[in-house]
Amino acid sequence: MKYVVKKLSAMLLVIIIVSFLAFLAFSVISGDPALSKLGTQATPERLEALREEMGLNRPLLVRYGDWATHFLQGDMGESYDYNMPVKEMIGDKLPITISLTLMSFVIMTVLAIPLGIYTAKHENGLIDRIIYILNQVIMAIPPFFSGILITWIFGLVLKLFTPGGFVSYKEDVGGFFWYLLFPAIAIALPKCAMTVKLLRAAILDEVKAGYVRTAYSKGNNTNKVLYYHVLKNAMIPVVTFLGMALADILAGSIVIEQVFNIPGIGRILLTSISNRDYPVVQAIIVLIAVWVIVINFVVDMIYKVIDPRID
Amino acid sequence: MKQKNYNFIIGGSITCFMVLLILVGFFYTPYDPEKMDSSLKFADVSLKHIMGCDNFGRDMFSRILKGCGTTLFVATGTVLIGALMGILIGAFTGYYGGLLDEVLMRVIDALFAFPSILLALVFIAVLGSGKNNVILALGIAFIPSFARIVRSEFIRCKNMDYVMLAKISGASDLRIMFVHILPNTMTVLLSSIMIGFNNAVLAEAGMSYLGIGAQPPEPSLGLMLSESQTYLFSEPGMVLFPGLMIILLVLGFALLAEGLKTRNTGK
Repeated sequence: MKYVVKKLSAMLLVIIIVSFLAFLAFSVISGDPALSKLGTQATPERLEALREEMGLNRPLLVRYGDWATHFLQGDMGESYDYNMPVKEMIGDKLPITISLTLMSFVIMTVLAIPLGIYTAKHENGLIDRIIYILNQVIMAIPPFFSGILITWIFGLVLKLFTPGGFVSYKEDVGGFFWYLLFPAIAIALPKCAMTVKLLRAAILDEVKAGYVRTAYSKGNNTNKVLYYHVLKNAMIPVVTFLGMALADILAGSIVIEQVFNIPGIGRILLTSISNRDYPVVQAIIVLIAVWVIVINFVVDMIYKVIDPRID
Repeated sequence: MKQKNYNFIIGGSITCFMVLLILVGFFYTPYDPEKMDSSLKFADVSLKHIMGCDNFGRDMFSRILKGCGTTLFVATGTVLIGALMGILIGAFTGYYGGLLDEVLMRVIDALFAFPSILLALVFIAVLGSGKNNVILALGIAFIPSFARIVRSEFIRCKNMDYVMLAKISGASDLRIMFVHILPNTMTVLLSSIMIGFNNAVLAEAGMSYLGIGAQPPEPSLGLMLSESQTYLFSEPGMVLFPGLMIILLVLGFALLAEGLKTRNTGK
């Protein structure tokens, strides 16, 4: 319980620090929002009036507090370019990116963990060697390039899906998931290769430990030792990696959305960056940051379950 | 019998080959990489144009040579900024510890949890796009990982006998940090520099693919990929060559790093 409270307060602290940094970066460094809103029609009087109206003349900390309270209530500000609430802009895009991220994560885990165990069990066997080589090559392929290759092979040659023909989840849920399957694979591949490599190394490292010999001497067979004794310890570095991978996959999906023409969060983020539409960028970045920090917290909780000695 | 270090041999050969190509590309390309020729539009692979021509009739091979150079330039700049700042921060926080260390490390931890390409996007949003801003943004995004590694190495080394000896002989803190401890962290630092280099190549390709890195008509591997994606069905070669180059660049360095690790640890 003490552990949970400690980690929870640390998480809240980091969220406050990160959101403040984001607020600072976009509200202070990026220039005067009143000026960019008025554009060429700015006269000193109108500027001053708008600054007063937008509350830009208040102290920084007050403005941060105000912004954070609104953010928590779901009010993420208003887009400069479209004059509409950011919440409406990203609201129906969020499920797309989250589905893509989660699908990719599931594919990665489901493929990587059995493969990792298998290669460790059959160390230096033929399949282990083949997978080793495959891993090295796959890790060198940038996800957007494997995305293009997948579009070419599965979309254009085998015609399993229509490239660029994104199906909205509002129209056809099955078609939506089918279309997302291919980008999800593209993001998952390199992460999958890394997980296999890491899990294999972790298991082979653990096998050398004394408790493994003890377990064998008690008459357990290899499978029993592997699944009941070794795996739990070998999973600790893997869980750390999976937590980081979940954050990386989210970042990767921003790039992949461009390859597969998916109207998700990544698309809005990129257009907002090039249009300097800061409220939108700021809201998305803070949302992603919170996602990353919460994942880290979950990883810490899983540690505690795997290894109760940690505190 | 001593097993041959295949990682080292293959990785070394690929890297040498790529570096040679890029060096040649700095001084000589068969054609002007930005010269358009409509009669050569989508020209096939031939002896004159060994990788064919693109949608503007520009020679692909010349563009790829220059593009690799751009990628290498950005990656090197990124790793230089990240590693130098990381070494400074890691050295001071690791050696002195205390309150500064606590505060800086909390910030670094928070940043480290953030995917580096996203962090770079945040800086791009503030700085604006372009090649030099990408170097700066990626460089800053890479600082946390270097700072963490250097810091933990400094903590490991700072109470060792040779440091004590240097202190007794009256060496200043700065001298101890950068003349005595830093060379001892080189093995670890070198392998993380190589990994960082690979991440930088991948990140640069990704950013220029998104159109926020090098701007057209400047050749860059990521940009070439995004331009050629439109012609994927009719001209798959236009996509394959730049992609292959990125893979070779990253694969060579990854294998080399792995091979070096095996050599150093003797495993």
